[in-house]
Amino acid sequence: MAKLNLNRVAMSRQAPKKRAKNFNEVALGYSWEQAQEEASRCIQCPKRNCVEGCPVEVDIPDFIKAIREDDMPEAVRILKSKNALPGICGRVCPQETQCEATCTLAKKEAPIAIGRLERFVADWERANMGATKKRPKSPKSTDKKIAVVGSGPAGLTAAAELARLGHGVTIFEALHVAGGVLMYGIPEFRLPKEIVQAEVDYVASLGVKIELDSVVGKLATLDEIVAQGYDAIFLGTGAGLPMFMGYPSENLNGIYSANEFLTRVNLMKAYLFPDYDTPVKIGKQVAVIGGGNVAMDSARCALRLGADKVYIVYRRSEAEMPARREEVENAMEEGIEFKLLTNPKKFLGNEQNWVVGMECHEMELGEPDESGRRRPVVKEGSEFTIDVDEVIVALGTRPNPLIASTTPGLDTTKWGTVVADEATGKTVKDRVWAGGDIVTGAATVISAMGAGKVAAADMDRFLRG
Amino acid sequence: MYKILLKQDLVPQIHLFRMAAPAVAQKARAGQFVVVRIDEKGERIPLTIADWDEKEGTVTIVFMEVGATTARLALLGEGDSIADFVGPLGIPAEIKKFGTVVCVAGGVGAAPVAPIARELKKAGNKIITILGARSHDLLFWEDELQSASDQMIVTTDDGSYGRKGVVTEPLKELLESGEKIDRVVAIGPVVMMKFCSLTTLPFKVETIVSLNPIMVDGTGMCGCCRVAVGGETKFACVDGPDFDGHKVDWDLLAARQRIYLGEEKCAYEEWQKSHPSSRS
Repeated sequence: MAKLNLNRVAMSRQAPKKRAKNFNEVALGYSWEQAQEEASRCIQCPKRNCVEGCPVEVDIPDFIKAIREDDMPEAVRILKSKNALPGICGRVCPQETQCEATCTLAKKEAPIAIGRLERFVADWERANMGATKKRPKSPKSTDKKIAVVGSGPAGLTAAAELARLGHGVTIFEALHVAGGVLMYGIPEFRLPKEIVQAEVDYVASLGVKIELDSVVGKLATLDEIVAQGYDAIFLGTGAGLPMFMGYPSENLNGIYSANEFLTRVNLMKAYLFPDYDTPVKIGKQVAVIGGGNVAMDSARCALRLGADKVYIVYRRSEAEMPARREEVENAMEEGIEFKLLTNPKKFLGNEQNWVVGMECHEMELGEPDESGRRRPVVKEGSEFTIDVDEVIVALGTRPNPLIASTTPGLDTTKWGTVVADEATGKTVKDRVWAGGDIVTGAATVISAMGAGKVAAADMDRFLRG
Repeated sequence: MYKILLKQDLVPQIHLFRMAAPAVAQKARAGQFVVVRIDEKGERIPLTIADWDEKEGTVTIVFMEVGATTARLALLGEGDSIADFVGPLGIPAEIKKFGTVVCVAGGVGAAPVAPIARELKKAGNKIITILGARSHDLLFWEDELQSASDQMIVTTDDGSYGRKGVVTEPLKELLESGEKIDRVVAIGPVVMMKFCSLTTLPFKVETIVSLNPIMVDGTGMCGCCRVAVGGETKFACVDGPDFDGHKVDWDLLAARQRIYLGEEKCAYEEWQKSHPSSRS
């Protein structure tokens, strides 16, 4: 057997100083040579641990083999047969905790860079085949009508799967573009919107109809959708309701939810104001509260908009941060200052209701809490103030109650999530399935896609009954 | 795309569009709003539904030119289309038999008040409407409101039409007259809704106002429109837009409406520079 190659091929990125001033993509992708080199490290194990680590079960060794054999159309075919959104997943999946964590070479701390290779294949296709030009063969129509509510990763995946099985699928999207969090949440420099649009277009090319500006729950309830002749409904409306700290001082001008800040910047392109009409405040001293990917995205957007100083304020320590390691490192390299073991106590405002400062506590870690992470407790007498003129609250999101509140017979938890069978996505309501953040609370793109896929399979069984 | 079927210039700076929006028309109720975006580069702005027709599949909106987006919207005419028209959003106005309801409409507020007054009248209420504007040439929909009202009082700040003065004066007189007033609905500029609420407070008459903070998505996703009502934070887009006027933190609402004053001014000036003929 050939000697194991344990040198993971690095992917080049824009230099930190340069990228901190633009919204262009940070990671630049593999060249053909780099992809060849990385693909050649794969030992094609008979036991395909990596596939088990993938929520949508991409045939990883097979597409890597195709890259190695320089058969790119075949690599595309293998990848897309299991994953309709490879350009997105190659960029934002936490591979380090999924396929790359189960890769045999992970034991040697040099797993194959599966995400980078996935991205390479998707980008090759977009550049060389055009994402939508070559339409897959239309399957035989089943004459079944399915409504998918929400066009984020769960909805797009469920829609693609169901369309491939021959069902007539219509996606209802509340916003003016499809893509959900991929469009409004994740910034351009991490996931270019052109790539999201290309993959949405691919899903549409499978025969999926996309109705924009359609707020289900307002325009039609789920029962009305069924009455209109739909045979089944998939709910993939995500977790779109922002959580705040609950302080009375939180309504000061200049305090944003991360959802609002990112929506203005990404979806409405406020970074191009006044060419685009939507404004966003450009803070000089910005504090982002939270330690997840959304906090990193917000901080890095604020920096790119022109802030002098951006802080991440997080109540636990670096080890407990839920953000991807890679994103934390990117943020640090760009000059974001991390104020760890720090929690805001209240926000300070001026007479015009503008935020001017933030009073914080220092924290220390106590006993582990129900999440298994050590609980942060206030260090008495540790109060201090940071001067800020903008605060972005990135403490997580909950499902929007709009649909649950208009749908009798849907079971929800105290967190507002919809109860669905993990193995099938079926809710307790007749003809209604659900998956993604609306079921789990805020999680990852790929887990939502996995849930969309699982539900689609069960819906297909039901429809063929 | 959503087509403008009818355009009326109600007064020089206030315009009416009747839009082709069949799905929205099926579901629209008095007190709800839509979010409108002109084109690819446009911002999303909330506008209250002024009327709708289920059979025709139309929804009517009325807007005042206050900045770049509304000035740009005002340039469109019949046959033109806008990119997005999302709704109906927000909780509909509470329509039931209260008894006697005073509807107070200030300026552009005449448009959202009209369907509420009409529906309240249909529900068996006695409707007394107070319609106020700065001057006669800024007053519109007197007839529409008249037809939904049992009694009608018109005021202008400068006395050029109707009674000289502001809407709170006749409102106070009605409350003092001894007639049993069961509810007041006040819609218009923030300062007008605030003073209507202050006027009714000593009389303990429930006063409903329709709040108009800045919004982005209008579906509860961003929290931009948060208002404080009775010390609690609410999202006007999904918890409102109607709230108890006696509990609203008016100063907070007014302050939050000024968040983008600088940017709005910059955008409006840019727009005026490129449209010199449209300068008013």
